[in-house]
Amino acid sequence: MPEPGGRAASSPLVGGAAEPTLAQLSAPGRRAWSLPALDVPEAALDLPEAAAVPPPLPEVAERDLVAHFTRLAHRSFGVDLGAYPLGSCTMKYNPKVCDWAADLEGFRDLHPATPPPLAQGALEVLREAEEILCEVTGMARATFQPPAGAAGELTGLLIMRAHHEARGNPRSKVIIPDSAHGTNPASVSLAGYQAVPVPSNSRGMVDLEALRGLVDEEVAGLMLTNPNTLGLFEDQITAIAAAVHDAGGLLYYDGANLNAILGVARPGDMGFDIVHSNLHKTFATPHGGGGPGAGPVAVVSHLAPYLPGPLPTRQADGTLGWEMPAASIGRVHGGHGNFLVVVRALAYMRALGGPGLRRVAERSVLNARYLESLISAEYDLPYAEPCMHEFVASAARLKRETGVRAADVAKALLDLGFHAPTMYFPLIVEEALMVEPTETESPETVEALAAALLAIARLAREDPAGAHEHPRATPVRRPDDARAARRPVLTWFMEDR
Amino acid sequence: MDFTPHTAADVERMLGTLGLADVAGLFAHLPPDVRLDRDLRLPPPMAEAEVMSHLDRLAQRNASHLVCFAGGGIYDHYLPPVVRALTLRPEFVTSYTPYQSEVSQGVLQALYEYQSMVAAVTGLPVANASLYDGATAALEAVNLAIGATGRQAVWVSRGLSPRSREVVATFARARQLSIVEHPLDDGRTVWQEQAEPDPAVVLFAQPNYLGVVEEYERAVSLARRRGALTAVSIDPMLLGALASPGAAGCDIALGEGQPLGAPLSFGGPGLGLFATTDALMRRIPGRLVGRTLDEDGRVAYTLTLRTREQDIRREKASSNICTNQGLNALGAAVHLAWLGPEGLAEVGRQSIQKAHYLAARLGEIPGVRLLLPAPFGREFAVSMPRDPETVLEEMARRGYLAGIPLSGDYPELGPALLVAVTEKRTRPELDGYAAALKEVLAHA
Repeated sequence: MPEPGGRAASSPLVGGAAEPTLAQLSAPGRRAWSLPALDVPEAALDLPEAAAVPPPLPEVAERDLVAHFTRLAHRSFGVDLGAYPLGSCTMKYNPKVCDWAADLEGFRDLHPATPPPLAQGALEVLREAEEILCEVTGMARATFQPPAGAAGELTGLLIMRAHHEARGNPRSKVIIPDSAHGTNPASVSLAGYQAVPVPSNSRGMVDLEALRGLVDEEVAGLMLTNPNTLGLFEDQITAIAAAVHDAGGLLYYDGANLNAILGVARPGDMGFDIVHSNLHKTFATPHGGGGPGAGPVAVVSHLAPYLPGPLPTRQADGTLGWEMPAASIGRVHGGHGNFLVVVRALAYMRALGGPGLRRVAERSVLNARYLESLISAEYDLPYAEPCMHEFVASAARLKRETGVRAADVAKALLDLGFHAPTMYFPLIVEEALMVEPTETESPETVEALAAALLAIARLAREDPAGAHEHPRATPVRRPDDARAARRPVLTWFMEDR
Repeated sequence: MDFTPHTAADVERMLGTLGLADVAGLFAHLPPDVRLDRDLRLPPPMAEAEVMSHLDRLAQRNASHLVCFAGGGIYDHYLPPVVRALTLRPEFVTSYTPYQSEVSQGVLQALYEYQSMVAAVTGLPVANASLYDGATAALEAVNLAIGATGRQAVWVSRGLSPRSREVVATFARARQLSIVEHPLDDGRTVWQEQAEPDPAVVLFAQPNYLGVVEEYERAVSLARRRGALTAVSIDPMLLGALASPGAAGCDIALGEGQPLGAPLSFGGPGLGLFATTDALMRRIPGRLVGRTLDEDGRVAYTLTLRTREQDIRREKASSNICTNQGLNALGAAVHLAWLGPEGLAEVGRQSIQKAHYLAARLGEIPGVRLLLPAPFGREFAVSMPRDPETVLEEMARRGYLAGIPLSGDYPELGPALLVAVTEKRTRPELDGYAAALKEVLAHA
């Protein structure tokens, strides 16, 4: 195999030796904590429901605690370490100035119940970010309460339901493409609707005729990503929108792929009524090993009365206050959403401005198109359409000829210092590898990634047995997932069961 | 500015490889009628230093320096620097959900340790790798319960946080669930046993929103009699002082985990805590990390019981959650391990002691009275002889965020303020608060 290369490829992670758990590091009587002594007279309180015994937490010294988590950090791969072409996740570089902004005391140490006159800066953050988001998506108003993309989906679907209820019938079905993210159907169920799949055509796009056959008076709306999960722009979008609107349905835009069209095209101009975006994808906020993210929902003006609230709204005296929209679906978060994530995103939006956002779209598409062209000799591209910011390649031919599967390719890539692409999604492509290089990788990195993918295919032909052996250089090798599910060990306390 | 590394020469070279004349060619296949034919109307781009001064100016327009006596789920506890140092590690900050376990062992093990410690403090065997916040965790508990019991009624205590009740109500309206709210009497929930139909879940908070310590037994035995699940929203910082939900016989413990590892953050990102019984393990929402072995027999961690999740089960998933609050869970793990059993107990003890000290001082002020006779933890409601909003304003001028006005959420209490105390408040701050309030009310 080639050596790790490129500007943003990592050497394999350190930390081959297993790290003990905190439970194993614990020793009775050891401690890290210190608190000032109680400085008020102690009252004899006879509280009901008092704890009988202290909880069985570990007892560790701070020094050992820091070493433990630092070693765990060494056993984790992040964008700061190397390229992370995980399709549909938009793992771009997270600018440090955005983290700096979120760490300002005025944001960090602010209680959510602070009266608006004393939190004008925070309300301005939300209002400013809302204005930018609305211009980028072509919408009228937005809420930042949804703390993640899936929460945005549920919020959007509840708005859809409220819209139809106000017209006398909430309707019962929501159409989603067969290539949709799993969160779409799950959110549809949670919102009390039935998910109806619409097939893709041979071009990898929504089958317009099939869609026309599905829309009726019971269809509340259609959920769609554009570009879709194959990385292709749905070029019949205005006809799709018309088909849904003609039957009284609404169009929901899943913003997972918004990165590709920033400043190039707007969901609002395509006919979408409700748009969620993922600040942790498009607007460069970090993913934190799974979160926190933010999934703001923007809507056209006639749906604005249904938005969750309260929303920061300009008062007669020019200051911002909280106002509940007239026909609000209610709250979808206990506070004002993942506020510090919005602060990061606002810093990013202000740094880039319109021209910078447009460059994001251009260079994310350029990198994806370039990478696709570099690897197309070995990996089949199931659709002939030009890709946008990501593409789905198939390892089906490789599998047929060598037995080496998409998962093997992904695992071999880990040994070469790159994170793996998304595997086996979307479900309609056999042996799918969904690759999204993002705009923040240099051409040299993209070329190194291509070279690695080509080398893996070559080695699969020369030594198919060896190709199943990856990864070798990582802290652990392939885990036994079946065993994990058969005998769940989810805590220290289950280890001895 | 932007953060793309491409030079003009790079772009030209790459376009040349693709046989394109210019960048517009990348989008030539988009139908003209959906292409934006103008520039985005946004404020001009900024250099990094300009971004910093803009955001700094906004941050300075927030009164974050006030000594905090507001709570309601978000509390100003002492946050040890070690939490910050470790949660800022870029390997944790800039990684995705750990799908590729071989290069995510650190994140996975940290979440496994988080699950273990949430199980330890809640007294329940299974905890997930986090939900969004306390309110959405309440929604998930309701969703789990209606799935597990096939029932459509939800019994909720009026003592559950109003924000959580609102989020549950948003969801319930769409799903046509019937919500029966059980009232408070002297601050404690009065369970209306005769209500029909049988509920899927009995949902309450311990202590409740008004700070009052509820009797576990009444809710748990009621739920058992009616064949419902018991779900309790907890205050994590009191779990060293109060009995655990597991020991009390609850099926689900949930709550806002912000005090573990996170600053106030204007309410987000917080952390949705969620733990349950073995019997409900396969219905739990969200990610679960499990311990297994790799192909060489080494201990390895991996995301497990994945058939509950949206990307596998799609419309039949136990929840739609995908992105969660992983980094906050990591912070909570570090904070809990830093505290240990004694530290957590001490935080609870001091918070409760200081709350009682302050309540006594405030009770000495003419016109101010502790509203509820029931035992409380670290938060309590006091009546105000003046409009609470005005009191808040006047107190802010004296350097205090005096609490949360209750008149909107609990009009039955009259003009009142909810006051929260943590171990971080010093005696001079407590005495200063009492003196300032006395002064504010004297000038009425």
